[in-house]
Amino acid sequence: MRNPSDIPRVRLDRIDAIYIEDDVTLEALRDISFSVEDGEFVALVGPSGSGKSTLLDIIAGLYAPAGGDVILDGETLPTPARLGASSYMHQRDLLLPWRSALDNAALALEVHGVPRKQARQRALERFDEFGLAGFEDAYPAQLSGGMRQRVAFLRTVLAERPLLLLDEPFGALDALSRVVLQSWLLDLWERERQAVLLVTHDVDEAVSMADRVVVLSARPGQITHIETIDLPRPRTRDMLTSETFHRHRVALLRALGLLDQPQEALIASEVALA
Amino acid sequence: MTATLQRWMWPILLLAMFLIVWEVAVILTDTPTWMLPRPTDIFAAFREDHALLWWHTQVTLTEVVIGFGVALVSGVAIGIAIDSSPVLERSLYPLIIASQTIPMVVLAPLLLIWFGYGLTPKIIVAALIAFFPITVSTVDGLRAADREVMAMLRSFGASGWNRFRLAKLPAALPSIFSGARIGVAVCVIAAVFGELVGASEGLGYLMQRSASQFLTARVFAAIFILSFMGVGLFALISLLERILLPWRKYLSDRPRA
Repeated sequence: MRNPSDIPRVRLDRIDAIYIEDDVTLEALRDISFSVEDGEFVALVGPSGSGKSTLLDIIAGLYAPAGGDVILDGETLPTPARLGASSYMHQRDLLLPWRSALDNAALALEVHGVPRKQARQRALERFDEFGLAGFEDAYPAQLSGGMRQRVAFLRTVLAERPLLLLDEPFGALDALSRVVLQSWLLDLWERERQAVLLVTHDVDEAVSMADRVVVLSARPGQITHIETIDLPRPRTRDMLTSETFHRHRVALLRALGLLDQPQEALIASEVALA
Repeated sequence: MTATLQRWMWPILLLAMFLIVWEVAVILTDTPTWMLPRPTDIFAAFREDHALLWWHTQVTLTEVVIGFGVALVSGVAIGIAIDSSPVLERSLYPLIIASQTIPMVVLAPLLLIWFGYGLTPKIIVAALIAFFPITVSTVDGLRAADREVMAMLRSFGASGWNRFRLAKLPAALPSIFSGARIGVAVCVIAAVFGELVGASEGLGYLMQRSASQFLTARVFAAIFILSFMGVGLFALISLLERILLPWRKYLSDRPRA
């Protein structure tokens, strides 16, 4: 008997994806295989158009792959059956403008059949923890971008699915809100330890948050590199200046082809000196 | 309250000035009352004929309210059906749009032949006129639902009914209200038109009868009531929108990022 926690939360087995746009077939993803273990934080980086979001859509059950299997908790589920199995959060907060912050946070619970009153109560219990106390009755239009995103996080977390899919959740925020929300999410994750798959185009974000970083190439997206991050938990902002952080950063930038020769040589020599 | 007062002060002032100029102009040019009555003559007509005017107002208002109600229910229902069925969208929607090219001037006498002189043909004319803007705005509103929000709800495992109830319909409501406001305004015109074609009661009938008797002041009194009815119903729907969609006001005065 295997320990249930040995089974990955999600395992992707040779996923291919194609897009048909104006009768032109585009290959979005080719032969993607990796897994996210229970309690693991995995980041997915790649240039725009590398199919990162498509991959999340596939795992969430919104999009059918052209080939390959998605195995959730050891079970191979066809596309529509995966709907509702994970919590999916997008770059845009996607709050419903006619619902108060509290009702927006309770939305996923309501969809899952929790009675409205109970759903609101469960959302209310965590408002303080999400830095939203006092804004229960505010409409999204009355909230700042950072607060809106925290409401969206609360909605995602309350769904209590074993796998969180985060599609550039900090992408629409200004630099300061982004840093604040990143550390806040890390704190939250230290307590919850859900399996997370985070899509980002920010290498620093990936290294500072994830246990492993999967690098995709430009279209068709293929895995070019998987970097295991050697930083201890809990992560701190100080680690951004550490030599280990720097080493991972260089490796990822190189895998993304973002370093040209002279710079690469320069950084390599820096690393060698350190 | 003061803001409301200030907003209404200027149009009321302008209207008062217009009425004064009208009064003075008629006196100075010595125009006979049967051709153009003075505003004071019209007020006198209101005073003398208030029972008569009220009776015919009730008739027209009944036609408008029932006609609008029928248009609202059927317009929203058919709008939803068109949005949810690609077959209906391709088959029914073009026909509804094409039906707008049939002039009411042609249709109203036919309805008179089919349904007689009672309320029914007027209600049908009013409903037919209001139905179009309500249907189109319902379809547009439902189409405008955010695709990403719909995808998010699907990723939560939401059923089609839940996606409609939680996201699509609420997103379409502002558009449906816009259609309803336009619909109710044209509804008044349509009911009066229906009465002009053939009726034994209603403000349209009263106007026609009064005009043939050269009771021009009474004609103007009926016109005032009709415009007041149109504006009042329009305002009523706007008020309903503000009460039912309180979140809308935050969208307009939201600071620009």
